[in-house]
Amino acid sequence: MSSDIGEDIVSLAKGLWTTSKHLFQKPVTVEYPEHKRAMPPRFKGRHRLMRYDNGLERCIGCSLCAAACPSQAIYVEAGENTDDERYSPGERYAKRYEINMLRCIFCGYCQEACPTQAIVLGHDFELADYERPDFIYPKERLLVPLEVKAKE
Amino acid sequence: MSTPLLLLIALIKSVIIMAILLTGFAYATLLERKLVAGMQVRFGPNRVGPWGMLQPLADGIKLAFKEDSTPQGADRFVFALAPLISVVMAMTAFAVVPIGDSVTILGQVIPLELANVNVGLLYVLGATALGVYGIVLAGWSSNNKYSLLGSVRSSAQMISYELSLGLSLVGVLMITGSLQLPDIVKAQTSVWFIFVQPLGFIIYFVSAIAETNRAPFDLPEAETELVAGYHTEYSGMRFAMFYMAEYINMLTVSSIATTIFLGGWHGPFNFVSGPWWFFLKVFILMCVYVWLRATLPRLRYDRLMNFGWRILLPAALLNVVLTAGGILIFT
Repeated sequence: MSSDIGEDIVSLAKGLWTTSKHLFQKPVTVEYPEHKRAMPPRFKGRHRLMRYDNGLERCIGCSLCAAACPSQAIYVEAGENTDDERYSPGERYAKRYEINMLRCIFCGYCQEACPTQAIVLGHDFELADYERPDFIYPKERLLVPLEVKAKE
Repeated sequence: MSTPLLLLIALIKSVIIMAILLTGFAYATLLERKLVAGMQVRFGPNRVGPWGMLQPLADGIKLAFKEDSTPQGADRFVFALAPLISVVMAMTAFAVVPIGDSVTILGQVIPLELANVNVGLLYVLGATALGVYGIVLAGWSSNNKYSLLGSVRSSAQMISYELSLGLSLVGVLMITGSLQLPDIVKAQTSVWFIFVQPLGFIIYFVSAIAETNRAPFDLPEAETELVAGYHTEYSGMRFAMFYMAEYINMLTVSSIATTIFLGGWHGPFNFVSGPWWFFLKVFILMCVYVWLRATLPRLRYDRLMNFGWRILLPAALLNVVLTAGGILIFT
């Protein structure tokens, strides 16, 4: 019984020492939003429609991503490339490309299904907004990294 | 001094004490959050004001705006009364605590306690004991099994530890021969009683933690048990009053500990004595309270009761016997 008390007091003291030590350590908190942490390389965030180095879009409007999507969040309408108006190498391009971010589950199946590596999931996760209609991301405005060449 | 003047002085002192207690309560909550955070290697609240100083204000405003719901089938009068009893009794116990020696204003000597009751120590024990009524009535009037269980456990715990609390003070009482707190402080001019009664201080402080339902003895209000115990059904300002009662009890108990064991308003080696030393000591004791809360896991209820009755109470009795023996031998 008495050795129990001794051990108990020692473990109490060790615990109290540990917590008081912590007082002198720098806090490990990352104070968001002033400081942000980098995401792992394969982090699945907001989608981006990529381009080739020459500026042409990679997307050929094949709709494999829409077919692969488990939540049916992607809507693709293909259009014909002409020699005057060319968006992508090959015959077709995505005339309309919309992703409903409220349906999207960020699984990355669209990224796996794409034959040209056009649709990729990037690192952006700050996607909060105020109105439901604003969550349907159209092709040009929110998906494409404008004028940024494909290498990312 | 004439009666109206005495009444006026008492009134002013009451207002000052209430101001001290309410501000103390507010910033005790901030101290707790910042200190517990520091011990967990993180920041505490630091968004609301510099170093989170306005956080208690924000919390108060939020609680004021919350819906004050009364559960169906609850005894409405008692339900409303219970938090009031808790808070008022917690504050009342502070009336006899001497913050300093005395000040002389305009030729009048004004002692720095609200009332120098001739049974001061007993008064404190009685006032804190009355606070238990608030808890019992809260649990009963909530019309909720978990509240009832929580309040029964909590009140049983509190009355069990009141015994060792009182007995630990008997040692000091025997040495000074007086129940009046200012006399006890004045008797510590040469040496503080913590050095004469180390066992008494430890028993007192542990009992105080159990009395205030804090740190490792807080099973009755642990969120993972019994929802929130006796204050489950309370929201808004009523909950704020229970919260207030808990922290003000902590402050009162720390104040009694400094008065009786830590030399009250005396500085170390009587260096520049005054109220600031008193507040510093109470602050340090509050930090110890928070330190224990951040470190220790809570005791299971049966072990808690076992500890109070079969370990602390005999230890307190032992302390009384040893003190009596010491007085006989050395006097």
